[in-house]
Amino acid sequence: MSQSNFHDIKKDFPIFSRKINGKDLVYLDSAATTQKPNEVIDEITSYYKNCNSNIHRGIYSISIEATELYENARNTIAKFINANSPRELIFTRNATEAINLVANSWVSANLKKGDSIILTEMEHHSNLVPWQIIAQKLKLKLNFIKIQPDGELILDNLEDLFKDSAKFLSLTHVSNVLGTINPIKDIISKAHDYDITTLVDAAQSVPHMSVDVQNIDSDFFVFSGHKMLGPSGIGVLHAKKNILENMEPFLYGGDMISNVSLNESQWNDVPWKFEAGTPNIVGAIGLGKAVDYLNNLGMSNIHKHEQELYSYAIERFSDLKEFKIFGFENKNSTGGVISFSYSDFHPHDIASILDSESIAVRAGHHCAQPLMEKLGVPATTRASFYVYNDESDIDKLFDGLQKVRSVLT
Amino acid sequence: MSEDIYKEIILDHYRNPRNKGKLTDSEISAEDNNPVCGDRITIDIKLEDNVVSDVKFDGEGCAISQSSASILTDMIMGKTVDELSKFTKDELLEELGTPSLGPARIKCALLSLKVLKIGTYQYLGTELPDDPEN
Repeated sequence: MSQSNFHDIKKDFPIFSRKINGKDLVYLDSAATTQKPNEVIDEITSYYKNCNSNIHRGIYSISIEATELYENARNTIAKFINANSPRELIFTRNATEAINLVANSWVSANLKKGDSIILTEMEHHSNLVPWQIIAQKLKLKLNFIKIQPDGELILDNLEDLFKDSAKFLSLTHVSNVLGTINPIKDIISKAHDYDITTLVDAAQSVPHMSVDVQNIDSDFFVFSGHKMLGPSGIGVLHAKKNILENMEPFLYGGDMISNVSLNESQWNDVPWKFEAGTPNIVGAIGLGKAVDYLNNLGMSNIHKHEQELYSYAIERFSDLKEFKIFGFENKNSTGGVISFSYSDFHPHDIASILDSESIAVRAGHHCAQPLMEKLGVPATTRASFYVYNDESDIDKLFDGLQKVRSVLT
Repeated sequence: MSEDIYKEIILDHYRNPRNKGKLTDSEISAEDNNPVCGDRITIDIKLEDNVVSDVKFDGEGCAISQSSASILTDMIMGKTVDELSKFTKDELLEELGTPSLGPARIKCALLSLKVLKIGTYQYLGTELPDDPEN
């Protein structure tokens, strides 16, 4: 294990100094949201204490400072995903809002009755429901790339799907339930052969592995700050500049205009024409700090750390009777997520009993009901890892699972 | 919240559910699920002179939802339709013996009561309130 980077890391996260029912917190729900390091928390406090003001308008010092911090965060994050320019990066509330922005602006303007949108069966509701609504409005078809039981996409008949009047493809980079890494570069390259515009939901990939949007060649790319040590309420839409320039805004108001008269207005340049109103300034700045923190650890070290934890967990849990991991046979996984069933114990009972040991796991359908149906279960229990988890967390989960059996049988 | 919610009565009904199954010619019959966790309950009730003469529940889900349904069916045997429509969540929770159910699990515990209310209101032809289990 990359001990030097991850040893003692829990000390950076103040929440781990708290006792719950007299016990240390074992936090295994980072796929839902991550804990925040002191660096991020302090940056947020410092902004409010030292230069709180509105951006892009003030002539005075603290507004200039605030604007600089906000735009520097954009630069840091753009570099982090290797965007061609920070101007390609729009701050949103989260990945969900970024998807809704694309659905309501680009897709609304460019698709017409009879066209189809391609999705996959493993999508989070955030990358399914907005398309259902747009499809109903514009009378579009939704077609789905299917998955096999081990959690990988079935890509043999991709071209049949693409040929069927497909104009837009939206898919997840990494499954939030199974941890599967989809071969998005290949899929996008094939989609482009058919002139299909693409969106990647990277909410579960950007926090866990190094990504390069130029290499992936996606047209739109979205992720959420709170899943990568940043504050909640800040997310990112990355898109190619020529697309953004030819795209109508999603929200209208202050800051997104260049000139306003009583009856009409001209829009500001990208990316600001997509950031109407006072944005989540401190959220963006906090996310910039989170990216600094991740860069210090190194994304390849983080990926390796999670895979080592995953291997350790698999070995540890092999002793448990009637313990089944979904997507276990799938070699192409981040290692950040273990979704499992345990005998016929319901995930909510498992999670409640683990909670009594101060172990936080997620139980339910993980906002992926169609995928649950495919796996043939109403719900799973999910343990997900991040930079601050270590082998002791997995040992405690193991003990907790033994307690589950003793309580329920 | 802790394992304290797994009281002996809950574990007993979870391991040995009472009145489990279906009734074919029932006067009251309803189903509902909890979309958050996938718990699902159906309740079938046979009436004789407006009084519950037989009741079965079926479904799948966590120990709390299933044992609560089992306990509820025991409780409503012999009650009138009017009594069913007035049955309160406090009566059920008291029987479950779990005052400490947090907001996340209370929905599991009250799913069976919600189904009972849906069926009873349907039978009576009255409009279902927003949160019939409350």
